[in-house]
Amino acid sequence: MTGILKNNKVLMALVAALVILPLALPIAGEFGGSDDQAEGVISEVAPGYEPWFSSIWEPPSGEIESLLFALQAALGSGVLCYYIGYRRGQARRKD
Amino acid sequence: MHIMEGFLPAAHAIGWTVASAPIVAYSAWRVKKVVDENPSTKLLLASSGAFAFVLSALKLPSVTGSCSHPTGTGLGAVLFGPWVMPVMGTIVLLFQALLLAHGGITTLGANVFSMGIVGPFVSYFLYRAVRSSGGSLQLAVFLAAAFGDMATYCTTSVQLALAFPDPAGGVLGSAAKFLGIFAMTQVPLAIAEGLLTVIVMNILTRYSESELRSLNILDRGARA
Repeated sequence: MTGILKNNKVLMALVAALVILPLALPIAGEFGGSDDQAEGVISEVAPGYEPWFSSIWEPPSGEIESLLFALQAALGSGVLCYYIGYRRGQARRKD
Repeated sequence: MHIMEGFLPAAHAIGWTVASAPIVAYSAWRVKKVVDENPSTKLLLASSGAFAFVLSALKLPSVTGSCSHPTGTGLGAVLFGPWVMPVMGTIVLLFQALLLAHGGITTLGANVFSMGIVGPFVSYFLYRAVRSSGGSLQLAVFLAAAFGDMATYCTTSVQLALAFPDPAGGVLGSAAKFLGIFAMTQVPLAIAEGLLTVIVMNILTRYSESELRSLNILDRGARA
């Protein structure tokens, strides 16, 4: 177990498989958000419930929403990869 | 996992906010303390937050035919202890609530409680338990990240169940329904999150040895 967990190439392949498999298998579903399904349950158990507050601002379109999600991922991976590259460079210098 | 804006009755929204707020305030103090006492780990701390930022932006497909996203809070909880994560979780959730209409301001307290508090604490204690019973670093990190992720989504399910009890089955009946959605969808994603966290930890053991030693992740003195 630990042997596999130390091999990053194998781990990346496993992650890729976990993401691809649901799309490749004949699964009934539209791959919508689980949040939306939860909303469905709420309207089922509490049919009278009306959200009492709505978002202050909403992305005007799906394109803008995906832009902002991509921005979030890019900012996060940018910082993380800067750090890793920085430390890698330092480690190399020491050798 | 985020409970959407306006989808918790006001009393619940306020209750979770009151529960989370002091913990987030204490967390901010702890983050400052980590940075003051150990400035060399500042970049790593930022990177742990960044990891949560990336992972919670990735909506991944699951075998249930729906999509959800990992949380990424396990890495920071393992490295720096759970108390630094409530602030990190709050930053991620605020970004998504304000810019993406994902989650919300009224539900921020509840979402911070599940993602910034329960998840990281489960991660941390599981990590400690596996390590102290002789498990490898990799195994401990994998289990910590995967079960921290699951714990967050189970908390969300319980929060929704408390707010919306099933007319027939009560809170438990309702919890079963929400868990059926969130927990089921999350299983493969939690495994993916566990694996991704181990990947980052493997990179850190190679290039950030001295930081991991100062954080007691690696034994001081022994080779990784």
